[in-house]
Amino acid sequence: MNWIPRIFRRRTLFDDLSEEMRLHLEERVEQLTREGLSPQEAERQARIAFGNLAVVEERSRAVWQWPTLESIAADARLAVRQLRRSPGFTIAAVLTLALAIGANSVVFGVLNALVLKPLNVPRPQSLFTIERGGYKDQATSYPDYLDLRDRNRTFEALTAYILVPVGFDTGKNPSQAWGYEVAGNYFQAMDVQPFLGRFFSVADEHGPNSAPYLVLSWSYWHTHFQDDRGVVGRVVQVNKHPFTILGVAPPDFSGTLIFFYPDFWAPMVQQEQIQGIDVLNNRGQRNIFMVLGHIKPGVTQAQAIADLNSIGSYLEKTYPKEDAWMTYSLARPSLAGDLLGPGVTGFMTGMMLLAGLILLAACANLGSLFSARAADRSREVALRLALGSTRRRIVRALFTEAVLISLTGGVAGLLGSVALLQRLSVWHPIPQYPMHVPVYPDAKVYLVALFLALASGFLFGAVPVRQILRTNPYEVVKAGSAGIIAGHTSRRITFRDVLLAVQIAICAVLVTSSLVALRGLERSVHSSFGFDPRNVMLADTDLSMSGYSGDQRPAMQKRMIEALQPIPGVKSVGFISQVPLSGGSSTEDVFTSQATDLTPSKAAANSVAVFSISPDYFRAAGTALITGSIFSWQNSKDAPPVAVVNAVFARRIFGSVSNAIGNYYKRENGTRVQVVGVVEDGKYYQLTENPRPAEFLPFPQNPTHLAALVVRSDRDPQQLAAEIRSTLRGLDSGLPFTIQTWNEGLDIALFPSRVATVALGILGLMGAMLSITGIFGMAAYSVSRRLRELGIRIALGAQHKEILQAALGRAVKLLAIGSAAGLALGILATRVLAAVVYQATPRDPLVLAGVVLAMALLGLVATWIPAQRALSVDPLVLLREE
Amino acid sequence: MPMTDTSRDLFPGALEMMILESLRRQPAHGYALVQHIQLRSKNLLQVEEGSLYPALQRLLKAKLVKAEWGLSSTNRRVRTYQITPAGLRRLEQQISSFERMFEGIALVLNPGKSPAS
Repeated sequence: MNWIPRIFRRRTLFDDLSEEMRLHLEERVEQLTREGLSPQEAERQARIAFGNLAVVEERSRAVWQWPTLESIAADARLAVRQLRRSPGFTIAAVLTLALAIGANSVVFGVLNALVLKPLNVPRPQSLFTIERGGYKDQATSYPDYLDLRDRNRTFEALTAYILVPVGFDTGKNPSQAWGYEVAGNYFQAMDVQPFLGRFFSVADEHGPNSAPYLVLSWSYWHTHFQDDRGVVGRVVQVNKHPFTILGVAPPDFSGTLIFFYPDFWAPMVQQEQIQGIDVLNNRGQRNIFMVLGHIKPGVTQAQAIADLNSIGSYLEKTYPKEDAWMTYSLARPSLAGDLLGPGVTGFMTGMMLLAGLILLAACANLGSLFSARAADRSREVALRLALGSTRRRIVRALFTEAVLISLTGGVAGLLGSVALLQRLSVWHPIPQYPMHVPVYPDAKVYLVALFLALASGFLFGAVPVRQILRTNPYEVVKAGSAGIIAGHTSRRITFRDVLLAVQIAICAVLVTSSLVALRGLERSVHSSFGFDPRNVMLADTDLSMSGYSGDQRPAMQKRMIEALQPIPGVKSVGFISQVPLSGGSSTEDVFTSQATDLTPSKAAANSVAVFSISPDYFRAAGTALITGSIFSWQNSKDAPPVAVVNAVFARRIFGSVSNAIGNYYKRENGTRVQVVGVVEDGKYYQLTENPRPAEFLPFPQNPTHLAALVVRSDRDPQQLAAEIRSTLRGLDSGLPFTIQTWNEGLDIALFPSRVATVALGILGLMGAMLSITGIFGMAAYSVSRRLRELGIRIALGAQHKEILQAALGRAVKLLAIGSAAGLALGILATRVLAAVVYQATPRDPLVLAGVVLAMALLGLVATWIPAQRALSVDPLVLLREE
Repeated sequence: MPMTDTSRDLFPGALEMMILESLRRQPAHGYALVQHIQLRSKNLLQVEEGSLYPALQRLLKAKLVKAEWGLSSTNRRVRTYQITPAGLRRLEQQISSFERMFEGIALVLNPGKSPAS
């Protein structure tokens, strides 16, 4: 190729060319002088005959250049020079874009990692979880699972798992760990290979408690076994039962939920040892968290559903007592199907939309800045046109500036967002759960960010194009700067005004939604939970972790209560199987006392929250008794069954609260229970749940392996926690406890709305910043363009008010129009928020007032400096300048 | 919008052809080429002098001419262009295709007469 040396020769080539053209003109001038013209006239004639020297030279040089690439480079060099001359403008523009692109790539990064990207298993496209009935319930009983696994013809293999916390003891310090209790075929069905040792399989199982094996996750092995390759074959204690470590899973396999990393996997047949319950033969106990598997190649989703439904109707017919609503649907397993999928997807889509709005607002902002800049430079443009530049060339130079800014801003934003995403990925939001937000950015994130940067560059670069194309060099040069002003400050609405109004509207939408979210969070923290979490410590454990069973459990539970009561400063100690809003749930169907047919479809109330409590629980929790009384320690195992219910339960089963006292209902297992008291309603499983029925049973009558102690006191939480810990250690040193304040315990319930609020708050802040820069830019520009006019007005005796009106009237008007439009839109948009943020309603006078106040404040901040400048105009100085 | 780069070429390649033809007769520098073309066309063709240079650069790049700095007969420093063998071949091709085109145009414009009779 001969172009390589040509690049180096080019300097000489171009020098030769210039020299040659200069000599040409010289020769012509000489000739003309000889013919009798004056030197000046000869020079003029020669130039006319030659044509536009600069254009000729450019066209001659162009012959040697790679047409596009090099002229782009030349344009870029020019653009860099131009931008350097106005550093303030450049920095503001780059920062604006960096923020907007950064916000977009963070939101897209999360959307991509949680929603778009499938699970990290082979062939994720064909992997589905099975959901049952209209409620999209994923819970399945083990016998039903076995039927589904063995009778289906459309899945390669159906497997299942349960999430379980256990006491994990390697011989030293026992600690809590989280695992998946899985069906024997789990690893084969997921098609993963061990990193170390081997995985268990169906062949290892021979009935209950026949396969005491464990597979460790890579990260647990890494952190708790220090990468010791000798762990294979070692025996560890899980809930006081010996389990043999068979192998270690590969580092890139962290279970089949995207955000919940297990520490180990163990066979489900060990359920009795691990969970202390054995419901492997109980068809009515749906305690499997998820059933999932790959659809066979060539089988459609509809075929798979039809196949499952036919098994479902067989199960309904064969086991009418246990199985109802056995119709199935499929969902993606990564976000636990419909449990979190729609919420997360909806929220992230909403966030993406808002982030897109931010970018749009930034583009509108930059578009009006660019068009102001183009107006300022109209003389330069006119001169360049007059000197022979084409309009295309000028427009291209403008686009080059825009794209240069957008790429610089885009790269800066991307770098920032990558750093943020990486920090998010190692974040461990709730200490007691192995939860992760694995949002490592991938190539898709980079591509989207770059694409958005380029697209927005072209978008805001296009704003001043019409202006350039309309420029008439003759007019501009003739009129001077005064003429341009007259042309651009006419009364009609300009495109720039529209852009600013749109931008302010977008920002008002963002401010509205973030205020709505903040307010929702504030309310959800202060709303009635049906208990009072202040001044309460919680001590959580699971008795099966220490091997308690049968009658040992209520005895131990009672001992724990009695041990804590004498601690100084403790007012009351209550016991409950599971603390409300702590993440777990246990529900059953209840029936009227006359009911004989206990199939789920005949139930008087479905999904009733079930709690086992001690008589003192309500006092410790601060739950108010509405009517009746609370059972006492006399209601032991053999006494007639009694219960306290909440108001929703009383109204739904007995018609009214007063009717409930002394009346009977039937539980799912057929027990007839008498209601002795009614307590206030509360939140039990989710902050956003609708009021639901709940029953509270004496724990000796409804035994449980779970144990949470609710300790109300006026002591300092730190000291109290230490004392509770040492007291409980004294009872059983091998029982792991989680001790925290109740407010800390609410973290998991408040997590979604907190995340939503922080995210929306940041977006709202960005929206506010963008509207400040937008209004400031417009106000500062219009003041600077009209300084002379303002000076004359002041000289003629105008008052401050009139000056301000002249200088900023338009900006303020646009702010008002934009804010009103944005507020209206924001109210529509925040309906979406209600799904995530508890009690998010835009029809809240505080929110409305807040938005109006915020926008007014933003306007004040943004117009302050330009207003000061307008007021401090000294007419004498200005008039002297021209 | 009045002026800009309206090409004074008669048709694409015409200027290049005339330059090559001039250079075939004798090597020359840019200024002399302009003079020569205007003289030969009896001032019928008004070439904007400047537009010669892009054409010359194209010919240089295609290696149809070569250039050398030297002194003219009037003792000026000039860059003299010379036609290369490749340039000669190209010129012959262009002339013959131009003649055929010219013949065609003449036939269309004067259907009665037979050309070149």
